[in-house]
Amino acid sequence: MGNYAIETVGLNFNFGNQAIVKDLSLQVPKGSIYGFLGPNGAGKTTTIKILLNLLKSPSDQVFIFGKEINNNRIAILKRVGALVEQPAIYGHLTGKENLINRCILLGIKKSKASEMLALVGLSDAADKKSNKYSLGMKQRLGIALALVSDPELLLLDEPTNGLDPNGIIEVRNLMIDLAVKHHKTILVSSHLLAEIERTATHVGIINKGQLLFQGTIDELHQLSKPMLEIEVDDTEKAGAFISKSGYEIAGQTDKKITIPFTSAQESATLNALLVQNGFKVSSLYQQRKDLENLFLDITKTN
Amino acid sequence: MRSLYISLVSEFYKSKKTLAFWAAILLPLIICGLITFGFYSSSEKILNYHYPPIMLWGQYCGAALNVMGLLVMPFYVIFMAFSVNNIEHKNDTWKTLFAQPLNKFSIYTAKYLYAVGLIFISLFLFASLTYGFGHLLQVLVPKYNFNQYNPLNILINAYTKLFLSSLGILSLQFILSLVWADFLKPMGIGFVGTIMGIITANVGWKYAYLIPYCLPTLSLRITKVKKGANPLDFPVFTQEIWTSLIYALILFIVGYFIVSRKSIK
Repeated sequence: MGNYAIETVGLNFNFGNQAIVKDLSLQVPKGSIYGFLGPNGAGKTTTIKILLNLLKSPSDQVFIFGKEINNNRIAILKRVGALVEQPAIYGHLTGKENLINRCILLGIKKSKASEMLALVGLSDAADKKSNKYSLGMKQRLGIALALVSDPELLLLDEPTNGLDPNGIIEVRNLMIDLAVKHHKTILVSSHLLAEIERTATHVGIINKGQLLFQGTIDELHQLSKPMLEIEVDDTEKAGAFISKSGYEIAGQTDKKITIPFTSAQESATLNALLVQNGFKVSSLYQQRKDLENLFLDITKTN
Repeated sequence: MRSLYISLVSEFYKSKKTLAFWAAILLPLIICGLITFGFYSSSEKILNYHYPPIMLWGQYCGAALNVMGLLVMPFYVIFMAFSVNNIEHKNDTWKTLFAQPLNKFSIYTAKYLYAVGLIFISLFLFASLTYGFGHLLQVLVPKYNFNQYNPLNILINAYTKLFLSSLGILSLQFILSLVWADFLKPMGIGFVGTIMGIITANVGWKYAYLIPYCLPTLSLRITKVKKGANPLDFPVFTQEIWTSLIYALILFIVGYFIVSRKSIK
């Protein structure tokens, strides 16, 4: 338990009769960037709200830094910064005033406000009313608000929502920076795997409230089995020939045939076999199923 | 205590640019200003009545108190309860507020006390402006006899009663505005309640004092009756005031239980 910043043990959560989170056992190691992935409505935001004690969890199911959340709410929240859904910002206050207000609530120096604005690149808009901010600026202000207390654990719910490509890269770099240089633990939720893939060290995939995969990013990669794709002139005949020769066919279109990749040697043998039997092989290559498709597969089959 | 203080400072910081805050200052300024202007511009007519000083003050203070006690006060309280909570509903900030390392009781109490504070400031300004502008009138129209009677006791008593009698409404409306994010529900209930309060208070229903919305009207009416006899003799803590305070206390506690169980969806 000591190594996890977040640990949930068989967490269940219902809204009325509707089960939102089912038997969820998250394990977020300290110092990791944990990508919390799932399609919209999978229960990501609900889980994050439970981790902040905004939604009451059953006792002894949620532990942050090894402490049970319901009994240690304030002590835990002191070490956590969060951005939940749309950033919660007082529209009638400027960006800087929003940060100062947060400094007041946290009992920290107000000078931290300017520091945070500089960090997220909002210094120029510091004195602009925040309801005049663009969605991306609001998102950045939200991140600044989450960071202002210098928390050990950051919970970011879709932080790149509404950001332009530049903004997305900035947030990505900021997260890596925070984890690597400042040893923070970050749980970042997203419905886009591609976004998580570049930053996360660990991944949890949730769908319909259930955790379908949890592990390091490498473990996720290993899940995707490499395939051999063969482009050949007469796929129908070739397909029949290949399966007759004892190979398993994973997929077939009118242009190419896909079979599980076993070894380079085996690929060469099959290639020679096809050519010797008069098929025109125009290309033969190893294909790794990309994570996006893997993610879709994992969430679809459940 | 520290987190209560912190929350209160933050409430002030958040709302200092909002209408709710400025209403506490502008409302007394505008109403007292208008009445004073009336007394100034039609001074000849008023002077013709040859009021004794105590009656002149009575007329002058009563002008503001009647408007306030009857209609403006309940609505003002409803509006304050609404705006203190609406600032979080509107910006969807309950979730961040409750994700701060502060205990929920402090956050809730600070909001409540802030609303109480705004009402206090407003009524304090009413009393002081009535007093100050009365003396200003004396300077502007020397024929008036404002300077021959000291109305401080009447003012303090009347506004203290108005303040205390409005706390019941505040607690009730505070809960409504806390639970419902929209404007219409708490306002609608408040409106109906206030009208009901005025009617039941005026027909003299025996149990009118049990309706929180009646209490400002009732408390001031008793003040007026007693004022005819001996203005310095009316008690502050009457049945209406106690009812209001009991309502305020019970509903404040109920509100806390709602907050502590509130799930932020």
